[in-house]
Order: sequence, then structure tokens, then C-alpha cells
Amino acid sequence: MKILVCISKTPDTTTKIAFKDGNTQLDENGVQWIINPYDEWYSLVRAIELKEKDPSAIIHLVTVGGADCDPIIRKALALGGDEAFRINADSADSYFIAAQIADLANKNGYDLILTGKEAIDYNSAAIGGMVAELVGAPYLSLATLFELSGNTATITREIEGGEEVATVDLPVVVSCQKGMAEQRIPNMRGIMAARTKPLQVIEPAAVDTLTSIVGFELPPAKAGCKMVAADNVAELVRLLHEEAKAF
Amino acid sequence: MSVLVYIDQSDNHVKKSAYEVLTYGAKLAAQMGTTAAGIILGKVNDNLAELGKYGVTTIHQVSQESLNQLDTQVAAKIIADAAQAIGATVLVFSQNHSGKAIAARVAARLKAGLVAGAAGLPDTSNGFVVKKTVFSGKAFANISINSPIKVIALNPNSISAVAGEGSATVAELNISVNAPKVTITAVNKITGEIPLTEADIVVSGGRGLKGPENWGVLLDLAKVLGAGTACSRPVGDAHWRPHHEHVGQTGVQVAPNLYIALGISGAIQHLAGVNRSKVMVVINKDPEAPFFKAADYGIVGDLFDIVPQMTAEIKKIKGIA
Ligand SMILES: Cc1cc2nc3c(=O)[nH]c(=O)nc-3n(C[C@H](O)[C@H](O)[C@H](O)COP(=O)(O)OP(=O)(O)OC[C@H]3O[C@@H](n4cnc5c(N)ncnc54)[C@H](O)[C@@H]3O)c2cc1C
Ligand SMILES: Cc1cc2nc3c(=O)[nH]c(=O)nc-3n(C[C@H](O)[C@H](O)[C@H](O)COP(=O)(O)OP(=O)(O)OC[C@H]3O[C@@H](n4cnc5c(N)ncnc54)[C@H](O)[C@@H]3O)c2cc1C
Repeated sequence: MKILVCISKTPDTTTKIAFKDGNTQLDENGVQWIINPYDEWYSLVRAIELKEKDPSAIIHLVTVGGADCDPIIRKALALGGDEAFRINADSADSYFIAAQIADLANKNGYDLILTGKEAIDYNSAAIGGMVAELVGAPYLSLATLFELSGNTATITREIEGGEEVATVDLPVVVSCQKGMAEQRIPNMRGIMAARTKPLQVIEPAAVDTLTSIVGFELPPAKAGCKMVAADNVAELVRLLHEEAKAF
Repeated sequence: MSVLVYIDQSDNHVKKSAYEVLTYGAKLAAQMGTTAAGIILGKVNDNLAELGKYGVTTIHQVSQESLNQLDTQVAAKIIADAAQAIGATVLVFSQNHSGKAIAARVAARLKAGLVAGAAGLPDTSNGFVVKKTVFSGKAFANISINSPIKVIALNPNSISAVAGEGSATVAELNISVNAPKVTITAVNKITGEIPLTEADIVVSGGRGLKGPENWGVLLDLAKVLGAGTACSRPVGDAHWRPHHEHVGQTGVQVAPNLYIALGISGAIQHLAGVNRSKVMVVINKDPEAPFFKAADYGIVGDLFDIVPQMTAEIKKIKGIA
């Protein structure tokens, strides 16, 4: 079985977001970069668990990005995975990234492609579905459980107001979230091993970008919090009802 | 050139988010000087002609029973084929659980630029620029779609559905439907609860509630308000509340009209999941809790003292005994 895990580099969750150059670029000053949490905690760890059960499984990691992604992909390799690919292109849009991943997938042929539920920077939750379409595979999003028996996967996924259980034959693309696995910390052996694992840098396929960022905006500053005294709960409820018309 | 809106359904009924996207599609069509139609897959018990009151002229239906179970690959092909057959140039989806999966597939299939998580109508004065939330609600990006066909997935709760007069023509679409590869073997709905992402009001509890046995005060408040219930991540991790209630950057993202936070400090990762709420209320005994900086209304005090009083006052206003 061959598994491809898609890894993206995102700003740390505590990052204070600011922009520069007339609000056209993210100000990367002081930004700490991490592996997108959904990729690190859920999809990658689930892939590692599958390999622990079936040692003949091969795990490839892929990221689309510049050389600044190398520390992220090495950190992912320290957790697990046999080999990594970095498709050497600056982020453009979701379609561009998905088309690059699909191109690699169509060349290498994977039984299972895992993404995170969404990237915590652009929050599109789009790349998994796009890759699935481009490789012609089914797509199960927001998975909380993934079990494999022979060639058939049983996947529990979140739906509005509950969950559903689906079965599907491989190959399949799955987007992963909480429930899939428990976060792991890389150990010394993994970190040492990651240094010698192959990281192939490949040049991007020619793909059109369909969208472009015109600029960014920060949300309008809140007017400030209206404080109500603890002994005047009726006033808070009145404000919510009459002023905010919130119920 | 026209607008095609995907109408999401579950349990044989049109979903609330569909009314929002229909309203959005109709407004967008008016802005572009064209018409909007809807597309629905599977069988439903609702009177689809009535969806015309949201401003769409036609509802295209592919009423095969097998489509009531979603296989995004099958659905995307139908929607893309339909868009081409009727000459739609803008496709609108809800960025809800199923909508985001289908929109992405349709966009890739049609090689159409996608804005997933749109926050409002596009600016069509000079090109086609859509505002979307990024960095988990900490900012917006204005994104220009440069391809001839465009796909927009609208954040739930970002516009209100507006029903007027009107009736739509319902037309069965004659399109080939592929056999699904995905089989759904079980659906477990949490009954008696309001789905968090659809709730107008959310009451949420944090570690300040001290333990699962104390949730009664919160549930009482949620009940009088008809609210969905949520919690912070440590509360979910400690199994005080089920995981699906966990909101935040790594949990569910909500955008209700009213979000009431009880005993939640307001960590940046928590705020990332709730800061698109229209009105935020915080009850916290610590005046320094960061949540007060993000909130609209607040009381510094003991939630166990304040929340029952809130419930009682709301009952008075609503005339509930
Ligand atoms: C319209 C638009 C324009 C952009 N323009 C620029 C730009 O000019 N410069 C710039 O630096 N950034 C730009 N970006 C951001 C960059 O492309 C994003 O990092 C990328 O789009 C991923 O965000 P997403 O929300 O599409 O991912 P999602 O669809 O939310 O990601 C889901 C999953 O896909 C996988 N994934 C995501 N990104 C990658 C990746 N790069 N490699 C491998 N797997 C991945 C991960 O598993 C992730 O969990 C742009 C984004 C958009 C939407
Ligand atoms: C990568 C990452 C992702 C994360 N994702 C999320 C996420 O998605 N969602 C999330 O919620 N968190 C997330 N967190 C955790 C987050 O950083 C905070 O730790 C968490 O939100 C705190 O939960 P809390 O507010 O319930 O608890 P605390 O921070 O312990 O706050 C409890 C609050 O209750 C108040 N309180 C105590 N007793 C009373 C009383 N009797 N009456 C009134 N107030 C009282 C206290 O003053 C305090 O402010 C994430 C963290 C990381 C590192």
C-alpha cells in the first residue's frame, strides 16, 4: 500500500496577524512556522499507524512550497514517513497546489491520499476535494475514524448535526480531523533518521493560477466591551434583547 | 451567463444554509444583470417551487433516490455537467460540510477559480473580487477570480436569507448519473440538539464550569434561548462534553448571531473559532480574561450566580413560566 500525506506550512496558531506593503502581503516578521496542525496531528499520525500495522506500506509526504518549507517537511519526516517530495513553487492558489499534488499522485499511484481538514491560514478546506477530482478518486472529508480491511476503507466522518459511516474501496482521498489519531512528539531517533531520509525537490508542472489576492483587511475594531455590573443581570439581558436584538 | 446555486438537503429536506445561498445567488444575479437557478440532487419532501421566493427562477432537479446519499464525485460531475448545459458562469455553494467538498471538486473539474469561505457578495465593479475569511477569522482576503467560470462557497450565517414573493419552475434535469463508489452504512444524528453550525445562538462553557456535573446552569440557559451548546477544547479533551461541541481553531467554527461564553478565558485559538459571531457576551470572574477584549457585552462575576439570573430574566421577557 502506498500512502501520500499532504503537508502544509502554516503560521503558529498564536500568531498575531499583520500585513505589509499596503496590505498585500502577510507580515512574516516574528511569525513562527509550524506544520498545519491537522496534517501533523491527524493525517500523518494515522498514516504512521497504518504502517505500524502493515510494515510493507510506504508513506510519501508532499509539500508544495519554497525552500523555506524544508524544516517543516524534515520535522514531519521525524515523526514518520519514508520519503518526501517538495514541489518547488511559491504558493499561488488552492487549484495550483492541488494540481501539483495530483500530478505527483498520477505519476506515483497512491492507494490513499490524506490531507488535513483545512489549512489554518487560508481555511479553504479545498485541496483534498480538488486532488480527488483531478486523480478521479472518491473523497471523504472531515474524517474522524479510518479503518482498513483489505482494500476496503471504513470511514466515519462528521456531517451537520452528527456523523455518518461510509465504506469505499481504495484508492481514496480523505481529509482528517480530530479523532483520527493522537498527536505524537518526534523522538531523538526519529529526528536523526529524518536527516537521511530522501527529500526530493521537484519542479512544478505548468498549471494556471485561477485566482489572485488583491489585498487583505483586518476586521473592524470592536467598539469595546460594554460592561454590566454583576448585580444587574437584568440590564445585560435587556441590552441583549433591545439594543443588540440578539434574541 | 447565469448563476447556479447548489441546494443542500438532508433527511429529505432543504437545509437552512440553502436559503442563504439562494438569496446570495439571486442578489449576485441581479448585480450581474442575469438570472439565478438552483440545482438539487435526490428526492425531497419540500415544495421546491416555493424556493422561488428567494429569487431564483428555476430549480433543476435530478431526483434519483440514490443521490440522497452523497458521493461527492458523483455529485460534482452532475453539477458541472448541468452548469455547462445551462450556461452558468458562477456557481454558488454553502461552505458547509458537504458544500465545501463538492465545491472544490466542481471547481477543479471546470478549472474554475474558487473562493471557499466567502464573506459577502463579490465586487463586480472592476473584475470579480470576493472577500473571504482567512487566518481563522483573524483577517479577510479580497480575492480576484480570473477564470471564465467562477465558484463561490459562502460561509454559513454570513448573509440572512430573504424570502419575498415568487415561485420557481421545477425542472427535471436529464443528465447521466454515475454509480456511487461510496456506500453510507450508518448515519448517527445527535437528536434533540441544534446543530452547532446552524444555531442562531450558541451558549458555550469552559473550564470555569469546574466539571461536567455543573453543566445544568448552561443547559437551562441554552434551553430558554433555543441555543446550541458548545465548549472550549480542554472541556472536550477532558470528556466533560462530547468532542463535537469543541469550538475553536482546531474544532468547529461557528458564526451565530449571539455567542455566550461562560467561564472561558478567550485564548486566541478559541477566539479563532467564534470571532465571526455577531454579538459576543462573556461571563468571567477574572476582569483580566482576554475574552473581554473581543466581546461586545460582559459581566465580571461568578457564572454560577449570574447564569441562573440570566435564564430567569430571559424567561420573563419571553413570557415563559
Ligand atoms: C486565492 C489565493 C491566492 C493565494 N496567493 C498566495 C500568494 O500569492 N502567496 C502565498 O504565499 N500564498 C498564497 N496563497 C496561500 C496558499 O496558496 C495557501 O497556503 C494554500 O492555498 C493552502 O490553503 P488552502 O486554504 O487552500 O488549503 P486547504 O484546502 O484548507 O488545505 C487542506 C489540506 O491540503 C493540504 N495542503 C494545503 N496546502 C498545501 C501545500 N502547500 N502543500 C501540500 N499540501 C497542502 C494540507 O493537507 C491541508 O491540510 C493564496 C491562497 C489563495 C486561496
Ligand atoms: C495549537 C492549539 C490549538 C488550540 N485549539 C483550541 C480550540 O480550537 N479551542 C479552544 O477552546 N482552545 C484551543 N486551544 C487551547 C487554548 O489555548 C486554551 O488553553 C483554551 O481555550 C482554554 O480553555 P478555557 O477557556 O475553557 O480554560 P481556561 O483558560 O482555564 O479558562 C477558564 C476561565 O474560567 C474563568 N472562571 C473560573 N471560574 C469561574 C466562575 N465561577 N465564574 C466565571 N468564570 C470563571 C477563569 O477566570 C478563566 O478565565 C488550542 C491550543 C493550542 C496550543
